[in-house]
Amino acid sequence: MGLRQPPGTIGLRGVTLGYDRHPAVHHLDGEICGGDLLALVGPNGAGKSTLLKGIIGEIGCLDGSIERAEPAGAIAYLPQAAEIDRSFPLSVLDLAAMGLWRRFGSWRSLRRNRSELFEALHAVGLNGFEDRSIGTLSGGQFQRALFARLILQDASVILLDEPFSGVDGRTTQDLLALIRSWHRQGRTIVAALHDLAQVAEHFPITLLLAREPVAWGPTAAVLTPSNLGRAQSLSEAWDEDAPVCAREDGHGSRAPTGSGHSHDHAHGAHDHGHSHGRPV
Amino acid sequence: MIDFVFGPFLEFAFMRRALVGCFALSLSAPPIGVFLMLRRMSLMTEAMSHAILPGAAVGFLVAGLSLPAMTLGGLAAGLAVALLAGFVTRSTVIKEDASLAAFYLISLAAGVLLVSLRGSQVDLLHILFGSVLALDDPALLLLGGIATVTLFALAALYRPLVMECVDPLFLRSVSGVGGPVHYAFLGLVVMNLVGGFQALGTLLAVGLMLLPAISARLWATDLSGLIPVSMLLAMAASLSGLILSYHADLPTGPAIVLSAGALYVVSLLVGTRGGLLRRLMRRRHLAA
Repeated sequence: MGLRQPPGTIGLRGVTLGYDRHPAVHHLDGEICGGDLLALVGPNGAGKSTLLKGIIGEIGCLDGSIERAEPAGAIAYLPQAAEIDRSFPLSVLDLAAMGLWRRFGSWRSLRRNRSELFEALHAVGLNGFEDRSIGTLSGGQFQRALFARLILQDASVILLDEPFSGVDGRTTQDLLALIRSWHRQGRTIVAALHDLAQVAEHFPITLLLAREPVAWGPTAAVLTPSNLGRAQSLSEAWDEDAPVCAREDGHGSRAPTGSGHSHDHAHGAHDHGHSHGRPV
Repeated sequence: MIDFVFGPFLEFAFMRRALVGCFALSLSAPPIGVFLMLRRMSLMTEAMSHAILPGAAVGFLVAGLSLPAMTLGGLAAGLAVALLAGFVTRSTVIKEDASLAAFYLISLAAGVLLVSLRGSQVDLLHILFGSVLALDDPALLLLGGIATVTLFALAALYRPLVMECVDPLFLRSVSGVGGPVHYAFLGLVVMNLVGGFQALGTLLAVGLMLLPAISARLWATDLSGLIPVSMLLAMAASLSGLILSYHADLPTGPAIVLSAGALYVVSLLVGTRGGLLRRLMRRRHLAA
């Protein structure tokens, strides 16, 4: 499966992701093409993090399927609130070196690649922090260290979940520059973001999500007041007594034709919202 | 003074055997304790040590006071509880501490029931407080074997184990080894507790695993310091505990653990990394 896809492509085939049978992402169809720089936008509870967790394989699909051109382990993922135990006595260099896991595993010596480690730390502006313990870093410095780890992961697909929350403007600019350089290298990048001005400035493609996909396409066409208003109006709370979703599942066979090749992400809400129990 | 320290060991073979056995345990248990402490799972060993009891009791019921039977039984019960608890944690909403608590309580109750079926109070005390002064060749080989396996396994698992401690989600996202590494680590915990229960008894095996590790935290910050310091502290506690028990005619297991406890109190007071006395002294701050 997925062998014919270009590297970095992620196909979403009628994907429904959620918790305890309640959908957090509902019937999402489309293709994240190799090399896309995609912003994932939507109100709180819109399913942005859930979609990223689904792509990385952390949670399974309730319905539909996600087709990845590479194994889930080859996708780099920066979670929103990393579960990292920062009281653990680990140096910044060691934290960044985790990114080399796929190449070095648990045995091979990192000694010959120290220069690569130092370059990655240099690229995120953490020169001189190599031997500092991760517990002594500030929030923004720690985020920079996590980006150094992402650099070393050298993945063709990079998923970022609100990478700039709690990060100062200067650091954000530095990290955005890094993301642009990844984009130039042809990597696929998906970032969940809240700052719409930032999205408009740096991200050519946007997926506006509010549990249902509201719009997906060129950023200027997606971030219109009417789309944003519609996204905002979708309720965050789920209905405990929601009936089983009766929507026909023809998406998987219908959507891929045409959408993958023409770079046309026209899966707006126009073909959604019919024959469905929950008010939208 | 020299005679006070070395005399007992020069004079009696059983003291030399006890020392060798305790040193073997001092090399393997404290590094495990360091990882447990850093993962905030210190109290988990207490639960696991109780979980071992029914297995040892079954071995005791079947074969009497036989080392292989009780060891195998303890290993089986401990691993069963560790695996069940790990499985429940990874596949349900129950958190690790809660699922361990549930299984160890079941296991402990079963153990007490089994011991009460046969055997007097004296036998139970023997299981609980160990027999370090009666270590025979098989027991020494067992302790040495456990130390060897533990050190090699820790060396092999070191990198993924540290990653699993610091950032389990990251390890999950790049590799599937997180689960097996976690189970292997729990297996090492059980193995060392079973080894410790031979030397020091179930209840006190935990002491030699944790007290030196926790004390080491007051002398070193990173793993390259914590692990050797914890080993040295455990060996010091073993040596002084054995000498103390010989001269004052005290039970050996508690004497060793109390020595480790004394080293902990000393570390608390004068430790160079966050000891109490250092906190009291307000030193001038640095320029940058």
